[in-house]
Amino acid sequence: MTPAFRPIAFVLNGRRVAVRVHPLKRLLDVLREDCRLTGTKEGCGEGECGACTVIVDGKAVNSCLVPVAQAAGTRVTTIEGLHGRHRLQAAFAELGGAQCGICTPGMILAASTLGPKPTLDEVRTGLAGNICRCTGYEGIYRAIKAANKARGARREARGEGREARGTARARTAARRRRP
Amino acid sequence: MSRSVGRNVVRKDGTAKAVGTARYVDDLTFPGMLHARTIRSTIPRGRIVRMHRRFDAAGFTIVDARDIPGRNLVSLIQEDQPCLAEGEVRHAAEPLLLLAHEDRERLLQAQVEVEYAPAPALLDARESTHVFKEIRIARGDLDTGFREADLVVEGEYRTGHQEHLYIEPNGMIAVPEHGGVTVYGSLQCPYYVHRALCVLLDLPEDKVRVVQAETGGGFGGKEEYPSIIAGHASLLALKSGRPVKLIYDRTEDMIATTKRHPSTVRHRTGVMRDGRLAAMEIDVLFDGGAYCTLSPVVLSRGCLHATGPYRCDHVRVSGRVVMTNTPPNGAFRGFGAPQTLFAADVHMERIAEQLGMDPVRLRELNALRPGDSTATGQVLGADAAALDVLRAAVSRSGFHRKRRAYRGTGRGIGLSLFFHGAGFTGSGEVKLKSRASLELTPDGVRILVASTDIGQGQRTVHAQIVAEALGLPFEAVEVAAADTSIVPDSGPTVASRTTMVVGGLLKRCAEEMKARLGALTPRAYLRRHGPLVITKQYEPPPGLVWDDDTYQGSAYGSYGWACDVIEVERDPVTAGTRSPRRWSCATARWPTAS
Repeated sequence: MTPAFRPIAFVLNGRRVAVRVHPLKRLLDVLREDCRLTGTKEGCGEGECGACTVIVDGKAVNSCLVPVAQAAGTRVTTIEGLHGRHRLQAAFAELGGAQCGICTPGMILAASTLGPKPTLDEVRTGLAGNICRCTGYEGIYRAIKAANKARGARREARGEGREARGTARARTAARRRRP
Repeated sequence: MSRSVGRNVVRKDGTAKAVGTARYVDDLTFPGMLHARTIRSTIPRGRIVRMHRRFDAAGFTIVDARDIPGRNLVSLIQEDQPCLAEGEVRHAAEPLLLLAHEDRERLLQAQVEVEYAPAPALLDARESTHVFKEIRIARGDLDTGFREADLVVEGEYRTGHQEHLYIEPNGMIAVPEHGGVTVYGSLQCPYYVHRALCVLLDLPEDKVRVVQAETGGGFGGKEEYPSIIAGHASLLALKSGRPVKLIYDRTEDMIATTKRHPSTVRHRTGVMRDGRLAAMEIDVLFDGGAYCTLSPVVLSRGCLHATGPYRCDHVRVSGRVVMTNTPPNGAFRGFGAPQTLFAADVHMERIAEQLGMDPVRLRELNALRPGDSTATGQVLGADAAALDVLRAAVSRSGFHRKRRAYRGTGRGIGLSLFFHGAGFTGSGEVKLKSRASLELTPDGVRILVASTDIGQGQRTVHAQIVAEALGLPFEAVEVAAADTSIVPDSGPTVASRTTMVVGGLLKRCAEEMKARLGALTPRAYLRRHGPLVITKQYEPPPGLVWDDDTYQGSAYGSYGWACDVIEVERDPVTAGTRSPRRWSCATARWPTAS
């Protein structure tokens, strides 16, 4: 007998969803199995590799470490939520940021939280929780740099100022720090 | 003509991977699918006395060795490894029993207690007398070499187990259909899995279909082990009559699947005062683990690279790979060569130290050049680029300046010069008889090969080669899925053979197709003449002769040459090390991926 669970509601890629699952079910499994979004990958299941990275309320988190109950009332973005239109996605595809591709969705989501113009050191620190086994990271750094350059160029063309996202960057750095 | 090779193109699978739509095995589901789990031994050696089921079997499918319709073995080189242990256990984490259930939670909670009669385990390769394979390579006369030498330098170098750590763990789905089975999985070699399943399940070739799902890295770790997982999933699928998904979690993958062979390599080298190598005596010992797997071939490549990319007239390489009661070791990038190359190049540093000589100068003096011959007597062609890559790496990295500047600090800089035989060792390619096909489509062509893209970019490089040979745009070349029901056996995706060997076959297919097309567009040709598929089979290049018995001749059709330089910094607080900079010099066809 499967016990009846109370619905857990959150906003997934801009849409409100409610799932009736065990509150301790991993957010990763809820996304992949109950929401049928398989772009989020499992690499280690213990928060080491970052393949399952999703964005919860603006922060990159390992969805394998989040019981779905903790996601109640939050805004969750997965790779599907970028709709293939994010500049990082094109840059990763074109510049060698993706090879076997299993780390790519998590890597792109983590990179999207790094602020408008991260330095190479900030990128390295910001992505320290995302392991890539194929690229040696050079292709990833190249893609992030190019994506940010394209973004800057577009903004200048539109005459917009650069918004400050220092806080997001500080949060990411704090999250990535290991004991 | 449009250029594709050597130009940066967008990888064929890049967008699907960046957008999240690429489908890996765990992303696939089938109606009525069961989840599966492997019960493994917890001791390294002993006899299984009894297995006690400590769960309610309702809804479970349970498979042991008695359920195997064909032969209980993992078909590879020697027929020594069972797919499921029968009576005897030879290593920890050996598969004993398989369970499947549609509810994953119930599956994970099921307890099986195994009663053993343990036996003493052999865990040290140096004490093993069970030899899987022995190899000897001899050139010149060792005694003469040592007599001429001014100095003898000795050293012993060891490496341990190493895990591939592809980010996607191993996994398979088996679907019973058409009186046989179709498996979808994370794998490098569809036809290895195909052959293993035919033997295990006693099915004819056309009743077994193997399809590669998008694969999240392999590095050799998905060369032979997937045959076991596919076998397990298929046994459960055939018994239950339902699709079965068997995905390893990270822990199981690390504990149970193959690792790089641990090695002990001893060098005894005669050296002239001016740095020339006069004699090299090299002893190679690999720990094969509990079953043979690919160990003989791993040892072979290890021995063939044991001298490093250096010339010497008097050489003896003695190698053996032995059995221990540890999980079997297997394919891993470089396939035995990294272990022996590591030993050879650390030993070169030791020689340089003893001679008081600059280590770059020592390597320059001894590096293999065009016209030189290797320990097996293979005369190298004009593409022997050891000196070029060495000089490029040294100059780009500022090696000499830094080496002086870092002396006595917590920093250091080092280099490694190496070569790598492309393709199968010795007569391997001749025995494989690989085939590749090219099919004309209305808008261009479709590549049909069993080679798999595991992140290295096979789809893209093959499409580049075909596009260039046909003079078609890169975008007009499609690459079919590696599915044994539609692609010919192009051999395994291993041994740096995919670009050179299978790519070479495709180039020949494309050249013939170009001649057949003449001035017609693909669409016009199809309208006038109907479908066109061209298949080519491997033929050894002229002059390539190899003798498996004497280990003499051309070990490989061609070699890659490379030099790595790395800076290392010691952290005085953690006592760990950090590598702030590295350089790698080699040659490439697709710059983005290298």
